[in-house]
Amino acid sequence: MSRESENMGLELRGLKKVLGGRVIIDDLHLVVEQGEMISLLGPSGCGKTTTLRMIAGFLQADEGQIVLAGKDVTNLGPDMRPSAMVFQNYALWPHMSAAKNVAYPLKIKGLSKIEINEKVEAALELVNLLHHKDSRPGQISGGEQQRVALARALVQEPDILLLDEPLSNLDAKLREKVREDIRELQRRLGITTVIVTHDQEEALSISDRVAVMNSGRIEQFSTPHDLYRYPATEYVASFIGSLNKFEGDFIDGQVIPGPGLVGIRPEDVVVSSHYFEGSREGTVQLVIPRGHFYEVVIARAEGIFRVFMNEGIPQTGDRVHVGVKKILRYINGNLVH
Amino acid sequence: MKRLNLGRFAINAFIAILALFILGPIVWLALHAFTSGWTYPHLYPNGITLQWWSKVFLDSALKTAIRNSLLISPIVVLLSMVICLPAAYAAGRMNYFGRKTFMVGIFSANSFPKIGLFAAIATLYYALNLMGTIMGVIIVQLLGTIIYMTWIPAAAFAAVPKNLEEAARDAGASKFTVFRTITLRMAMPGILVAIVMSFLASFDEAQGTYLVGAPNIYTMPTEMYSLVQNYPIQVAAVFSLLLALPSVLLLGLARKHIMGGQLAEGFQLK
Repeated sequence: MSRESENMGLELRGLKKVLGGRVIIDDLHLVVEQGEMISLLGPSGCGKTTTLRMIAGFLQADEGQIVLAGKDVTNLGPDMRPSAMVFQNYALWPHMSAAKNVAYPLKIKGLSKIEINEKVEAALELVNLLHHKDSRPGQISGGEQQRVALARALVQEPDILLLDEPLSNLDAKLREKVREDIRELQRRLGITTVIVTHDQEEALSISDRVAVMNSGRIEQFSTPHDLYRYPATEYVASFIGSLNKFEGDFIDGQVIPGPGLVGIRPEDVVVSSHYFEGSREGTVQLVIPRGHFYEVVIARAEGIFRVFMNEGIPQTGDRVHVGVKKILRYINGNLVH
Repeated sequence: MKRLNLGRFAINAFIAILALFILGPIVWLALHAFTSGWTYPHLYPNGITLQWWSKVFLDSALKTAIRNSLLISPIVVLLSMVICLPAAYAAGRMNYFGRKTFMVGIFSANSFPKIGLFAAIATLYYALNLMGTIMGVIIVQLLGTIIYMTWIPAAAFAAVPKNLEEAARDAGASKFTVFRTITLRMAMPGILVAIVMSFLASFDEAQGTYLVGAPNIYTMPTEMYSLVQNYPIQVAAVFSLLLALPSVLLLGLARKHIMGGQLAEGFQLK
């Protein structure tokens, strides 16, 4: 295995980290292409933040290699790595103005005053905050603080941008806008980006690819579409979106006992008032309005089916015919085709 | 409506009484420092004069005391910073065995009557030939500053969020630069409070200084003992004002950087 790499993005090779006697990360491999935006997605305690902190250099990996922009940075401190991070709570220095915060990395680099001023203005312009350049972090809103943090990261012209739960401290309305802003900026600058998040909607909507993590390992690393339609493991299938789960196998339109597990997405269930090929009868138990669609809960012989429907909504107590368009089969937790 | 006015009147009256209680003696001192004589039953002072001021500034013993105080206290504060600030950083940022015991131990040294401690120190000083020396006085005054210079900065260092330092490391700063530009800078208000408190503790220290320094070394507070006995009351008034001056100046200078809660926050074990 060569120590250097042709890939100008990010490569994690067999990372391992033990903290307090507990294995947090175990044999983790990940290849991110240059200019790609990826998410590390998982519940708290899955190791996603630990992984990000190892990429940034705040934590030393116990085993394995980190290759950034073609260079092995495994043994470099955070100050020597070509990465820039936006912290979850932004970590702006309260005793400096927005402009001073953004200028700090450039001053450390030893650029001239004129150069620093130019770059700081450009960076603040990029995040639409030029009018707040003399404000202290305590005087501006959370969303504005985040943009300062983003400008402070971008001004370093890093090879990789690291975002730790970037939207978690924003209110729901702002979240979608900031999500789109970040994505647009990332595309325009073509900067390799790693986002840590526990929010699947956020991960799916912003990323080129998503790495779903579970107890220190990556369960699946693929596009948002594949992650949802072809979840490689039972864990991913349950974690992403909703899933009707039945033990056994699914043959001739019904569940039969067996060793594996069957998963059916709510939108893959077909409901009709008449019999159709492969359908079985069930009773509508509950109709829940969800805004632009309805969630319908139907009881069949083998268990409960949750269905997402837009039209022809049945009523509670109706007898309906239920069939299935697409099923996911898992044996020992892994997808079988 | 009437009740509200009554309540407001009560509060204002209370504030006025409190102000009189605190400021009264100082005003009395200030007036006496400029009068040639003002005794019962005269309602007004019988003359305004600057003679007491010239007396103080021309008297060589008093001048020496002022010079000693202005020389010793800054040295004490500087030494205290050199000795205590690293300890404060360690106590604030690192967790090691015996940390709390150490911090409480510093407190306990201040919770007994100091005169006993000074008597013990005096015997030690005779053996080390420190009795009656500037060095001896400096060490004795240093003892009283330690509690301020450890506890308050320790809390200030502990209050600097770790990820503000990480953000600076991420921005390319070395560990030392991070300490200089972020950690120290953010702990500065607490350190300033500690400097002011230490300076005042040293500047006002009389017990130990008298025991160790007299009769060779007199500072302003120890000189007060002989002043009260040997000079007219107006000279003592002038001297008291001079003694209060550095405190007022220091607090005025530091006011911008000192928040009200800083001192209270300093004395908490975390």
